[in-house]
Amino acid sequence: MRTITLRGGEFLLREVEPAQVFTPEDFTSEDLLLAQAAEEFVRGEVQPRNEAIEKQEEGLTVRLLKKAGELGLLGADLPEAFGGLELPKTTSTLIAEKMSLQASFAVSWGAHVGIGTLPILFFGTPEQKQKYLPRLAKGELIAAFALSEANCGSDPLSARTKATLAPDGKHYLLNGEKMWTTNAGWADLFIVFAKVDGEKFTAFIVERGFPGVSVGREEHKMGIKGSSTRRVILDNAQVPVENVLHEIGKGHHVAFGVLNIGRFKLAAAALGGSKEALTIATRYAKERQQFGQPIANFGLIKHKLAEMATQIYALESTVYRTAGMLDEVFHGIDPLAPDANAQYREADEEYPVECAILKVFGSEVLDYVADETVQIHGGFGYTEEFHAAQIYRDSRINRIFEGTNEINRLLMLDQLMRRALKGKLPGLMEAAQAIRAELNQPQMPTPDPIDPLEAIGKYIVNAKKAILMTAGMAVEQVGTELEEKQEIVAHLADCLIQLYAMESVWLRTRKLQQKGLDITIPLAMTRVFAYEAFDTIEAHARRALHAFAEGDMLQILLAALKRYTRRTSEVNTMALRRQIADYVLQHERAWMAGGK
Amino acid sequence: MKILVTVKRVPDPYAKVVPNTAGTDIAREGLQWAINPFDEIALEEAIRIKEAGKANEIVAVSIGGDECQEQLRTALAMGADRAVLIQITEWLDPTSIAHVLTRIYQREQPQLILMGKQAIDTDDNQVGQMLAALLDLPQATFASKIHIENGTATVERETDAGIETIRVPLPAIITADLRLNQPRYVALTGIVRARSKPLEVLPLAELGIAPQVRVRLLAVERPPARQAGKRVADVRELVRLLKEEARVI
Repeated sequence: MRTITLRGGEFLLREVEPAQVFTPEDFTSEDLLLAQAAEEFVRGEVQPRNEAIEKQEEGLTVRLLKKAGELGLLGADLPEAFGGLELPKTTSTLIAEKMSLQASFAVSWGAHVGIGTLPILFFGTPEQKQKYLPRLAKGELIAAFALSEANCGSDPLSARTKATLAPDGKHYLLNGEKMWTTNAGWADLFIVFAKVDGEKFTAFIVERGFPGVSVGREEHKMGIKGSSTRRVILDNAQVPVENVLHEIGKGHHVAFGVLNIGRFKLAAAALGGSKEALTIATRYAKERQQFGQPIANFGLIKHKLAEMATQIYALESTVYRTAGMLDEVFHGIDPLAPDANAQYREADEEYPVECAILKVFGSEVLDYVADETVQIHGGFGYTEEFHAAQIYRDSRINRIFEGTNEINRLLMLDQLMRRALKGKLPGLMEAAQAIRAELNQPQMPTPDPIDPLEAIGKYIVNAKKAILMTAGMAVEQVGTELEEKQEIVAHLADCLIQLYAMESVWLRTRKLQQKGLDITIPLAMTRVFAYEAFDTIEAHARRALHAFAEGDMLQILLAALKRYTRRTSEVNTMALRRQIADYVLQHERAWMAGGK
Repeated sequence: MKILVTVKRVPDPYAKVVPNTAGTDIAREGLQWAINPFDEIALEEAIRIKEAGKANEIVAVSIGGDECQEQLRTALAMGADRAVLIQITEWLDPTSIAHVLTRIYQREQPQLILMGKQAIDTDDNQVGQMLAALLDLPQATFASKIHIENGTATVERETDAGIETIRVPLPAIITADLRLNQPRYVALTGIVRARSKPLEVLPLAELGIAPQVRVRLLAVERPPARQAGKRVADVRELVRLLKEEARVI
């Protein structure tokens, strides 16, 4: 069994050392070269065609995808045996970040390489893999994922599309309509979900050319207008039996199996988009003169730029830490082994909590950055003359697709509980009991360490206890009704998001320090982020407690929470943010480690 | 035919370059680096000549510190077959670089040396010409079109007077101008393939040469800030100012 630093959800229970996490500063020069190649393609071929892409100029996106395929940009995650580059997850994540500098193209690309292609890699038969994957890697075929229906979005298992075995026994006949299918306008094959005999939820590989397959008109979307979103209409669609993907009745494995990676990749894309927006906002703030000087000189603009940079640093730390974890579980799977699919599934199922956290955090950071990009542009930001408006429109979908942020918030606690029940999260019960025992002991408050990173380290340990205490009590007190009391679950989810991000930031900055790199700006961002995250965790935990406890019980729990969220140090976020903003203004980009 | 291509590491052409605080050099902290764009064009041309079946080996050479391996890896990813890094610890002037390249020429015996017409960092535009003189080889500078046939190169070069076409017997030195070609995107597949291509690192001393550097860099400073414009009341005042202050008429 491979060694895993942290199993899924274990970040809540255990401490890790900076050396055990992956950070962007760990990339090799070859990784950076691969990323640069991706970025040059997007800047040279995709971004200059923004207007034509947004108008869905005939054939353009497909041409760009094929060109990307020639350059190897569709095969980062695929094994060499199937025409891919078999890169580590860390590297393929960096490539995904760079591929996301034009949002519509990023969505077309992401749907193809992610939810379009991966189901075949993870669940296909050797024949299906050999038949489809090399052509998908080259861009000869473009893929799409058709799960949602008009009345089935967040609840995919309620699908009405049916599959019946044709009298010849060689085909399934699929009937129904899929909605919101990304790439539908130009996809050559669809991963379609339908219920065999109206009951057994099953995945199929459906080629566009099969009789009975057609697509509807383009949806008029708010943003990512250059991506294709259409219905897929299945009217007695003839799908050969050998195109059943995975087992009959096990379609939910496929549907949920690739969503984890999809959610994770969405965060990487959000990171790329956020960095681009920050650069655009910064340049505008330096150009725009008001009161006889650039608006970049003003404190409230500096505040925005610094906060955008800080959120981006947090997202980046979180994305690549998780990429490193995913790499641990995916690394070394032999794609040709007889049990390869089982290994892929096991790997994919390790981090649903972290992937849900990233999906929510990534999309909300991007939304914040996009919103402030418009705000910095003032009235001009509200016109289509400036790119800010497009960034804002394009951002919004990220909180909706790949599972709404509401669904993903609910998933976090649900998955933690499931993992605990299945024995995949050892130590959860013990940790909860240890906290209970600790709370029964009187404790003299100790002053926080003077070193800011040490102080934050203490807050992280305490935040974990505060969350475990709150979640544990919620489960105990509310019991099975917790499923219905979604507001409490969402408070706990926000605690988990802030904790995971806060710890990732802290670990990265310490790793930078251990590497002897200049941490002036990272430390400032870590302090701004961690103190506010700690406050946020306390507020959400407090509100969760108020939602399910009352009277003496509430008072006891609030006192316990106070014990874990007390702090004696404070930071001057104004001064720190001005320091961060000056860096951003000088470099016109988010922070990155300097030259060697 | 073997082609030797020079690859110089320079600050990314889109990077904002500023002097360091001491004014002794540019500030290198946090800068992005790239292959000199003219060298990249030269490399692209070499790859196209090879793809046309007129060459069988491309050797990329760089002179600099270990960090130049990054640019050589890019050259290998684009399509060079081998790379050689001549390690230096002290900055060398164009004459010295030309002298070092004579040794590479003797070692590799290429039939064609393709170089950028100049590097975008110092904009000297000297090494190609100097190398031709030192080796006593024909040169064709500022090439905007190259045709190789039967041991000769027909080269179009852009001059102020128009396009000049010259023919040089090989071996020769050709320097690339901007419009020679548009370099390809580096393919990820190429980068992965480059892992197994040889990259040789040679300390300068091993070439048996100790160049005499005769040019010294004295200072790096910002260009003077442009002064704010002035509004004049009428033509009479304009003419007076042009005469008395600007002294241009």
